[in-house]
Amino acid sequence: MLSRARPLDKGLLVSVVALALYGLATLYSAGQTDVPSFVTTIWQRQVIWLGVGLIVGLLTFRTSPRLLEWATPFVYAIAIFLLLLTLVIGTGAGTAAGTKSWITIGGHRLGQPAELAKVAVILMLARWLAALREPPTTLRQLIIPLVIAGGPFALVVLQHDLGSAIVFVAIVFFMLFWAGTKPSVLVFLASPLIALTLAFSTLAWTVWIAILLALLLWWRPYLWEGVLTMAVNLGMGIVAFPMWNRLAPYQQHRLLAFLSPEVDPRATGWHVIQSRVAVGSGGLLGKGFTEGTQKRLAFLPAQHTDFIFSVVGEELGFVGVLAALCLFAWLLFNLLRIARKATDPFSSLCVFGIAGLLFTHIVENVGMTINLMPITGIPLPFFSYGGSFLLACSIGVGIALRVAWESRQSGYAEASQ
Amino acid sequence: MNAFHPHLLDRRLGTARTAVWIVLGVLVMAFFRTQILGHGKYQLQSETNRLRPIPLPAPRGVIYDRTGHVLAENVPGYTVSLLPGPEANLRSTLARIASIANLDSAAIEHVLQRARRAPYQPALVLGDAPFSVVSALEERRVAIPGLLIQAEPKRYYPDTAVLAHLIGYVGEVTEGERGTKRFANIRLGGIVGKDGLEREYDDTLRGAEGVRFVEVSARGQMVRDAEAAANLAPVPGIDLHTTIDLDLQKYISSIFPIGQRGAVIALNPNTGEILALYSAPGFDPNAFVGGVPAPYWRALNESPAHPLLDRAIQARYPPGSTWKLAVAAMALKRGIVGPRSRMPIPCRGGLQYGNRFFRCWDAHGHGDLTLSQAIAQSCDVYFYQLGIKLGVSSLLEDANAWGFRGRTGIDLPGEIPSEFPTGLEYYDRLYGPRRWTSAVALNLAIGQGENAQTLVQMVRLYQQLASDGRLRVPFVVRPATTSAQNVSLDISADQLSTLRQAMIAVVEQGTARGSRLANLTIAGKTGTAQNPHGLDHGWFIAFAPADKPEIVIGAIIEFARHGTVVAPLVTRAIAHYLGIDEHAAATLRVTVPNDSAPTPFQLPTLPDSTADTTTARVDSVIPRTPTR
Repeated sequence: MLSRARPLDKGLLVSVVALALYGLATLYSAGQTDVPSFVTTIWQRQVIWLGVGLIVGLLTFRTSPRLLEWATPFVYAIAIFLLLLTLVIGTGAGTAAGTKSWITIGGHRLGQPAELAKVAVILMLARWLAALREPPTTLRQLIIPLVIAGGPFALVVLQHDLGSAIVFVAIVFFMLFWAGTKPSVLVFLASPLIALTLAFSTLAWTVWIAILLALLLWWRPYLWEGVLTMAVNLGMGIVAFPMWNRLAPYQQHRLLAFLSPEVDPRATGWHVIQSRVAVGSGGLLGKGFTEGTQKRLAFLPAQHTDFIFSVVGEELGFVGVLAALCLFAWLLFNLLRIARKATDPFSSLCVFGIAGLLFTHIVENVGMTINLMPITGIPLPFFSYGGSFLLACSIGVGIALRVAWESRQSGYAEASQ
Repeated sequence: MNAFHPHLLDRRLGTARTAVWIVLGVLVMAFFRTQILGHGKYQLQSETNRLRPIPLPAPRGVIYDRTGHVLAENVPGYTVSLLPGPEANLRSTLARIASIANLDSAAIEHVLQRARRAPYQPALVLGDAPFSVVSALEERRVAIPGLLIQAEPKRYYPDTAVLAHLIGYVGEVTEGERGTKRFANIRLGGIVGKDGLEREYDDTLRGAEGVRFVEVSARGQMVRDAEAAANLAPVPGIDLHTTIDLDLQKYISSIFPIGQRGAVIALNPNTGEILALYSAPGFDPNAFVGGVPAPYWRALNESPAHPLLDRAIQARYPPGSTWKLAVAAMALKRGIVGPRSRMPIPCRGGLQYGNRFFRCWDAHGHGDLTLSQAIAQSCDVYFYQLGIKLGVSSLLEDANAWGFRGRTGIDLPGEIPSEFPTGLEYYDRLYGPRRWTSAVALNLAIGQGENAQTLVQMVRLYQQLASDGRLRVPFVVRPATTSAQNVSLDISADQLSTLRQAMIAVVEQGTARGSRLANLTIAGKTGTAQNPHGLDHGWFIAFAPADKPEIVIGAIIEFARHGTVVAPLVTRAIAHYLGIDEHAAATLRVTVPNDSAPTPFQLPTLPDSTADTTTARVDSVIPRTPTR
């Protein structure tokens, strides 16, 4: 293969192109409704965004990991600045009208900085974690990565965009894991979140505290670490209800609707119910491309963004869903392979972080169409209409392609091809 | 050890791959569960979402007269309804079309009420929309979500008021009707017969509604007809062939004195077939189609003339002298009198009985009369004495046996039973034991007293007299199977002919001689019903030809003063039906005093009346003075 210098990673490229085409076709279908809708022509705009994404991806591909590593603090700073700016002049949009996640100038929505911040956090974490001599073994060592992700997380929470905020949490965990953090430390880190979730059922919470105690005794961390973990977990049990009350009503409704959509089928439960009906009525082979009745007759909400996967489920059936999930799986395995074979920790962490980002989005978005996950407005990569996240994905894919190319260049990847 | 040593990376890669496999595996399983295992359930929900059933009304059966003339038919009409949706949407839609469809706020509330009652059915806005409204709405269809304009067969009665009481009318099924077993499976808003034949034969006339499915959007807007859905064509109702002679009915309606209240029944004495059944004043049944306009409904209900009342079967009157034939038949049957029997006391204008003087209608007196003469002159004094001879108990026994207490069983809804005492104990209850005398027989003998008959009941008596004495249940479509079928006057042919001769004499030289026709022998009897609240009501019942009767016609006109006035109406109708010298008949005039008539009053229910008679209206049963 040396004779053909610098080949691109075919697997990644093909999976991305296939997903982009699949997504575009689905978006086109999402616009085919019997009810007049602005969605009808939105696929044309997505074509333009794909073009822009291609250029951005190419530019990213042209950027060497070293340059990227050097530029990371600036990218991060810009992301933080944009998030702050959004807090000041941000506006809501579409189904997430209650949030303030858009930068709008002169009535034109330019983009969602949160999507770019996700990439910036990945880069920043990769840069910091790559510099470590040893993987983190104590909670104290995690303070800085937590701060790196915590800043954007807090800003996004202030925008009331809980879905994106959760993505930051996921990214931190995935990257700490890839950096070789001790599993026990990850469990301790995750324990407050688990305690918070379980705090709404006293029994489940008590069981969790007992399990945690057993784990602490088993792993025998530093005393202060164990005490801190336990204290935070107990504290979560106490603050859970005040925190719940601080949530915006629509956030509460979404979570409640997740638990039982039938409680309020006309309002909050509507999205979940109609999406699940759309997917379920698709059956094995679906109702046919562009023929989904739930979508055509506007029963399916946000069919071009949040619930675009329901269109796949309704029109192409279980087969279409399986195909999409296989393509996503192929994309993820390609990224994991590239992360494994990267020439340096920064590149490896970047690619793994991107894989984690996509994974989180895929699981959350696909899961919520059948009420496996609570509803959050985070887009499905390469399917959902939206420029910002498409650009974030393009950057990610650009980085991954570059990393793959670098490792081939060095002969590292020879064996596999 | 460097965290990015290949061995460590491989280990973490393995973990990550496993995690991805597991999570995606869970997703695939969840989708399998939703899409393959739950497919049926969600398919149904999705169909329920998008498909709305729209009832397709079946055309009602056409109603024909005996010669095939149409009495009730269907013409194309339009209904405007709104597909079901959230109430707020419906309200705003209604507000938008209010000006086009001429809806006031009460009408809007009415539509919303319908929508609430039947949330899965289109809510009817206009039951009979004029074409101008339909086209105006059609133009704005895009802006009106859920608008449904349907071409529906509309009931039409070509002869309007002429047949109103007989045919009845149709209307939307009410909540109360749906509670009954008969209409339990009619959907809300379904059209059912409300009165007359439409009501009586509703089950066969109605047919079966079909259904069609349309696709609607989430906003409730109709998008298109659903393809290959389980559409069901309506089954048209079965046509109804009646015994009515439309020509005769129209003729009767045309000669009935304008502005008067009353009823006419014509029937074939040999079969019981009703040839005409007319009640005045009438109403326009076409106004009821697609919802009766409130002002018209109010006018009908508040009118002192009670136009909705079918006076042929739903009003009781004292039979007056028409009853004398019943008394004569009883006396003949029991052998108390013969055709030439005279009474001990000749008529001198009245009869002293006990401490009371019972007057004859003719104060000059009729002198000494035979039974035939007494019938011809309608002499009250003769019949007082006949009543005494007959006795109260015999009178009551025969009248009850002949069905003068109860319904005739005519196949029309709402017939009220005639009233007559069941037995002597009735008087015990009414006046107290031994507080009454056989003087009641005097009143009963001349058709007054505790005796209130419907027109159809009295016509049935004359049907028996006009045929072989056997009773035929009067019917419009088919006779009811009642126990009354074997009832007969049980008098011999000679006795029957005696009565007929007497009735011929009524027309030839008796009380109805003014209505005599030169070339037709008519047998009949006048009657005057006492009415303490105004002018007396006039009866005349006759049949012809007298030797071989083909038609019996009975008529009552309220406030007509006496039966003589009513006679020309009947004889002219008979002549018309038999096709005999209409010119001679046309010279007869029905002149009725056109004083403003008082409101009929509600009679206190008789003690032995059954519960269902409480709503019946009768003008009078209390006799004070004799009648002619």
